Amino acid sequence: MTGAAVSAFLSDGRLHLQHGPIDLIIEAHGDAKDISIAYDAMAKRFETVLDELVLELTSLRREVSKADSAKSPIARRMIVATEKYNDEFVTPMAAVAGSVADEIVQIGWTSSSLKKLYVNNGGDIAFRVGSGEEVVVGLTKSVIDPTLIGRLHFSSKSNVCGVATSGFGGRSRTFGIADAVTVISSCAADADVAATLIANHVSLGSHPQVKVVAANLVDATSDLGDRLVTSSVGNLTKQEIETALDNGVEKARAMCTRGTIEGAFLALRGSVRSVGKFHCSYLVDGKVSW
Amino acid sequence: MPDHDLNVEEEQIDEGKVRCEACPIRCFIKPEQTGSCDRYGNVDGVLTRMDPVTVLHITNKRGGSVVPFALNAESWSGEASISPEVVIIGSGSGTTYPDYKPAPFIVSSLHDGVDTVTVVTEGIFSYCGVKVKIDTDRHIGDERSLVMHEGEPIGHVSTAEYGSQMLSLGGVHHLTGITKHSGLATMRALEELCEKRAVELQVEGGASLIIQAGTAPVINGVEEQLMRVGCGSASVGMFAGQWQDVVDEVVVVDEHITGVLTEHQAGAVLGMRPSGIKLRGRRSTPGRYFNVVEPGIGWGGTNISDPLEILQPFKPKLAWPGLRLLMVSTTGDAAEYFVLNDKLEPIRQPLPDDVIPTVEQIGFNCEPALTSIVFMAGAGGSLRAGTTNSPIRLTKSVRNAQTIVTCGGAPVYIWPGGGITFMVDVEKVPPGSFGHVPTPAIVAPIEFTVSRENFIALGGHEKSIRQMSDVLLAERVRHLEHKEFYTQ
Repeated sequence: MTGAAVSAFLSDGRLHLQHGPIDLIIEAHGDAKDISIAYDAMAKRFETVLDELVLELTSLRREVSKADSAKSPIARRMIVATEKYNDEFVTPMAAVAGSVADEIVQIGWTSSSLKKLYVNNGGDIAFRVGSGEEVVVGLTKSVIDPTLIGRLHFSSKSNVCGVATSGFGGRSRTFGIADAVTVISSCAADADVAATLIANHVSLGSHPQVKVVAANLVDATSDLGDRLVTSSVGNLTKQEIETALDNGVEKARAMCTRGTIEGAFLALRGSVRSVGKFHCSYLVDGKVSW
Repeated sequence: MPDHDLNVEEEQIDEGKVRCEACPIRCFIKPEQTGSCDRYGNVDGVLTRMDPVTVLHITNKRGGSVVPFALNAESWSGEASISPEVVIIGSGSGTTYPDYKPAPFIVSSLHDGVDTVTVVTEGIFSYCGVKVKIDTDRHIGDERSLVMHEGEPIGHVSTAEYGSQMLSLGGVHHLTGITKHSGLATMRALEELCEKRAVELQVEGGASLIIQAGTAPVINGVEEQLMRVGCGSASVGMFAGQWQDVVDEVVVVDEHITGVLTEHQAGAVLGMRPSGIKLRGRRSTPGRYFNVVEPGIGWGGTNISDPLEILQPFKPKLAWPGLRLLMVSTTGDAAEYFVLNDKLEPIRQPLPDDVIPTVEQIGFNCEPALTSIVFMAGAGGSLRAGTTNSPIRLTKSVRNAQTIVTCGGAPVYIWPGGGITFMVDVEKVPPGSFGHVPTPAIVAPIEFTVSRENFIALGGHEKSIRQMSDVLLAERVRHLEHKEFYTQ
């Protein structure tokens, strides 16, 4: 018998859903009764999320082109989000966090009448914004440093509902060295996989300052198998930082052109680049409306 | 479960993996790894909750509940002073323990004007560090010099103490305030040091160090042997009687107070004849000189390579040919013997057989040089909040010694003043007690031990009190099966 999903409120009133490795922080705005209905619906949906994923886990850990057709809606979201990138190595697991957030936010938003709602799954955020409202997402320059360097304001007119961040030092392994890549996209699953892939490309290739390790040595069940993931990053020259960012920017631009993402911020050692409709100069304590 | 998974199970168990049952993923965890949640790991083939007794960081006032495990049983239950009337509580025991534990890396905080933050870690702050005492008089760097690890600043050289150099490492600014990389380097160094593993440090403009709790420091590649027995003047006082008959003059060279035997009170009392020796530096009181040498990595931990550098010509009216001079460091590790020639110039000669024991006596009375590491951390409001309805009562109770604070079962010193800021000798804390979250922050155990009566008087959550036997059964059943110690 394994542990069940847990639903609890943080002391500030936000909802915390946790099961195994999944932690969701959820906040709804609206009438108390509507919030309560939405929280109940999301908690109820969450109860079976991990069990559903586990049933298909073996398939979801394979390269997306070799994954079985998915049964659960979350697994389907994962496959849909990742199969767009069949020209490089990616498994549906690259979109797992965003897909869970998308599923839960969808349940909450449709269960009652809310003004706004967000579901934050470890930095991968799905949200919905009602008319006249806005959701403000803080932007950081590193996945492990919560200092804000900017804010993204999303209104009901935004055609984006997902933001995700990936980088070296976070929970997931990366082939790259980005401190943080934040991607804005139409849903959290799309943002999640794009952030992962762009972060993989913020790279100097084989480099003496970048130590790597086989992914399955640090996590035996890693979907990345024996591929080499970054284990430490030493001192980099200004030029090396810019080169690595250039490589990521190129990847992000291609995604923007294809329309799979709306925009991205890439950060490495204090240098920040942006791709999309905004300028970097807006970043520092700036307001990027969307 | 499909059949093929069962086959996998047998194969994987063979490799020393354990299967976690904490959630439906049921990870197979290889030795020394954690499952996909990072909350459970395989420690020596035993499935182990990786959370220490509690999480020692400030989780901000909001959303800061953490639910620890009550007992790091395999490591220290034999040592802790637990009587049947005593409950051990971790912080946060009022929540739905033990099933519910927000992982430290998702504990969230609110930023003004921001709904949510797109970062793996939300608002974790760490208030902890280590104070390092390195038993050496060698110069490791100027006070206030930065101490670097992995090329990043993680602390500084603090004010020197008796026979030792002090480092102050970590602290909230180094963990969170400078750059991500310096925070990570700080976190790694702190964790390694607290876990009693060796860490390489570089003092800016100073020495390279390899330090490890409970072992001799390695300074610029040389392992330090002895802590000095006292300053130069004190050494003269201690050993004057033994020198009286075998030499005419002794200079105990010391960066702080260099001692000269015949001028010193000890020599005077013994009626020793003034030698006419003249030292550079500044005479403080008879036989006690300041500023003779600077700290360094040369002769006897000073900046000189030849002790004669500190001598000026002997006074011809007082000195005499054949005068026997011993110059020795405060640990006895450096010693030279001279005899004045007809021109009153000191001529280097081997240490005579009757002088050697007096030098050895200095070393014999020195203690071995060690590195000692004290972990210092503060238990803020959120840590206390889970324990009682009124956190301040817990603080007062600690002040009144009604509640005993321990760190992994080890005794702590509680700083006067606000909060519960404690210091603990890391060598007394069981191995594996310290960890980290990538925030970066250090995770360390802390226990509050209080009698049931006082616990309830504190406004403690009575319903949360559980019998020790229940806790052990519920949380450590696998340990109980594996560790024969507990079934005896």
